[in-house]
Amino acid sequence: MDTNQLLTTGLFLSVVALTIGITIWASRNSSGAADHYAGGRNFSGFQNGLAIGGDYMSAASFLGISGAIALSGYDGFLYSIGFLVAWLVALLLVAEVLRNSGRYTMADQLAYRMRQKPVRMAAATSTVVVSIFYLLAQMVGAGALVALLLGVQSEALKNITIFFVGALMIFYVTVGGMKGTTWVQIVKAVLLMAGSALIVVIVLAKFNFNISDLLGTAATNSGKGQAFLEPGLKYGPELHKKIDFISLALALVLGTAGLPHILIRFYTTPTSRDARKSVLWAIGLIGAFYLFTLVLGFGAAALLDKDAYAKVAASGGNLASPLLAEAAGGGPGSTGGAVLLALIAAVAFATILAVVAGLTLTSSVSVAHDIYNSVLKDGTASEEQEIRVSRIAAGVIGLIAIVLAIPAQKLNIAFLVALAFAVAASANLPAIIYNMFWRGFNTRGALWSIYGGLISSVGLVIFSPVVSGKGLDPISGKNLSLLPTSIDISWFPLENPGIVSIPIGFLLGYLGSITSKEQSALDRYTELEVRALTGAGAEQAVQH
Amino acid sequence: MTPDSHGQAARHDPVYDELSARPEFAELRHRYRRFVIPATAAFLAWYALYVLMSIFAHDFMSTQVVGNINVALVFGLLQFVTTFALAAVYSRYSNANLDPLARQLTEDYHRTLDARTDKGGH
Repeated sequence: MDTNQLLTTGLFLSVVALTIGITIWASRNSSGAADHYAGGRNFSGFQNGLAIGGDYMSAASFLGISGAIALSGYDGFLYSIGFLVAWLVALLLVAEVLRNSGRYTMADQLAYRMRQKPVRMAAATSTVVVSIFYLLAQMVGAGALVALLLGVQSEALKNITIFFVGALMIFYVTVGGMKGTTWVQIVKAVLLMAGSALIVVIVLAKFNFNISDLLGTAATNSGKGQAFLEPGLKYGPELHKKIDFISLALALVLGTAGLPHILIRFYTTPTSRDARKSVLWAIGLIGAFYLFTLVLGFGAAALLDKDAYAKVAASGGNLASPLLAEAAGGGPGSTGGAVLLALIAAVAFATILAVVAGLTLTSSVSVAHDIYNSVLKDGTASEEQEIRVSRIAAGVIGLIAIVLAIPAQKLNIAFLVALAFAVAASANLPAIIYNMFWRGFNTRGALWSIYGGLISSVGLVIFSPVVSGKGLDPISGKNLSLLPTSIDISWFPLENPGIVSIPIGFLLGYLGSITSKEQSALDRYTELEVRALTGAGAEQAVQH
Repeated sequence: MTPDSHGQAARHDPVYDELSARPEFAELRHRYRRFVIPATAAFLAWYALYVLMSIFAHDFMSTQVVGNINVALVFGLLQFVTTFALAAVYSRYSNANLDPLARQLTEDYHRTLDARTDKGGH
């Protein structure tokens, strides 16, 4: 190992040690379900805003978007815009309402006025599926990152990294619970903002802060000229590609407010007003960060040499930011390059760890609270039993994610996350919106919309070119789909299912409700509405 | 806080019917919906316009404004500006128009609960 690799490894281990320290510290101050699941509901709006940022700005944002911009130019920017605008749905329609009417999971709010067991089962299933899709993306990022740093393109090493990340995330969640996870996310958000701001300033300084020059150089170096700065490079000119773009745009803007790991963050504040403040902070933070990704992506296209740019392309774009950091510090072999690369890689690793912790926590809490206690135990399980089950569930979910992440490694991370958004927008958002705004919504409507959205979005991905039928890449000769080229089950032409599956989720929610003979529980709707808008009777913060 | 969340749908507290019937609550709901429904429609339409222009108005979006900065980039950045602006406006609106009513209704709720002397808890 040379000095540079020692430095990198040292920074990596410091990040890991820091997060482990936080987790152990948090576990000492944590007791009972409200602490384990909702961090005691004692985080201020600003703290939770940082944590939301830490939970949301995943490897998909840091590695995936900058990579998509580095390779596809302007078309990659759509991710940034969609991921940001989506927060308005969360701010206006979801955050405060959910904080006031729910308790620990997404299902709480639905179960308020529906038949408990089937609705909780559906919501928990969807929570676990969305979280696993999202987890895959993070673990793929971790594998690519470590292989880059250690300079070995070994599959075994990537797989070991994925196992290691999986083990760490199980540790965070089982030991630190929501408190530990939240603090890990807060620290990560600060590291991520500082680290990317540093690279952005260095990149801009190289162009004397002239954005137009940066863009011009990026366009020239990309080999695609002005088209690199214009829409349509990736999503055009064929009609099915254009429709794919609309489909992606729809999933991005409607997905955020249906992501279970984001939704349960609103429970960690003392009141709905703090939940609102936290979303405002998050919007500011996330917006600033996505402006950074623009510079990082175009910067990578402008500053990387041919070799490095080819590496970015081979990684599906995922390595654009770390390699840009190396170039910004003076290039491969230079001390500056090694320091910045190590720094950014450590930040990216922290990013991944914080997000996987949030995802694992969310899905394990839903399994314990919704499936184990409500469905299997009729609500009779004690807090201790429920928390114990959530710890076991965290382990199982972690293992599933590890196993699935291994074959998913050739996909762009932002793309994988966009699939999670499509599932969230199709399965979760219709139920959440109907439940709050439509008196006539009932159990069958909720089940049809959740299962219908879930099955249609996941099903369409299975029969899309992502899984099979894309054939070999004409240049690299690599198989572009997940299944071997001999198997072709693709008949759905789009890579993004949202344009079909989101309307299905809304439509089935409507049809299920109007065809059901079940009287919707109007008195419970009144209660939900009063509670959601005023906060009367909402869960209180834990007093220690 | 009693461990009753799992039996939620079975029980109903009449205090909520009383609160729901208050003119203050009708006003709160009206003010909330009057803001969020048009605002949601507006930002979704503005976002849709951006997405559709990006793919169907390629030539217009590729028009250069200053140097290599084209309409597409400016339009994209405007989405950031409008998102920040709408978030700020909603924050001010709810502080001024929603929170006071919500606080008042929550106080009424607690007063009603405190007045119940027969049973503890809720």
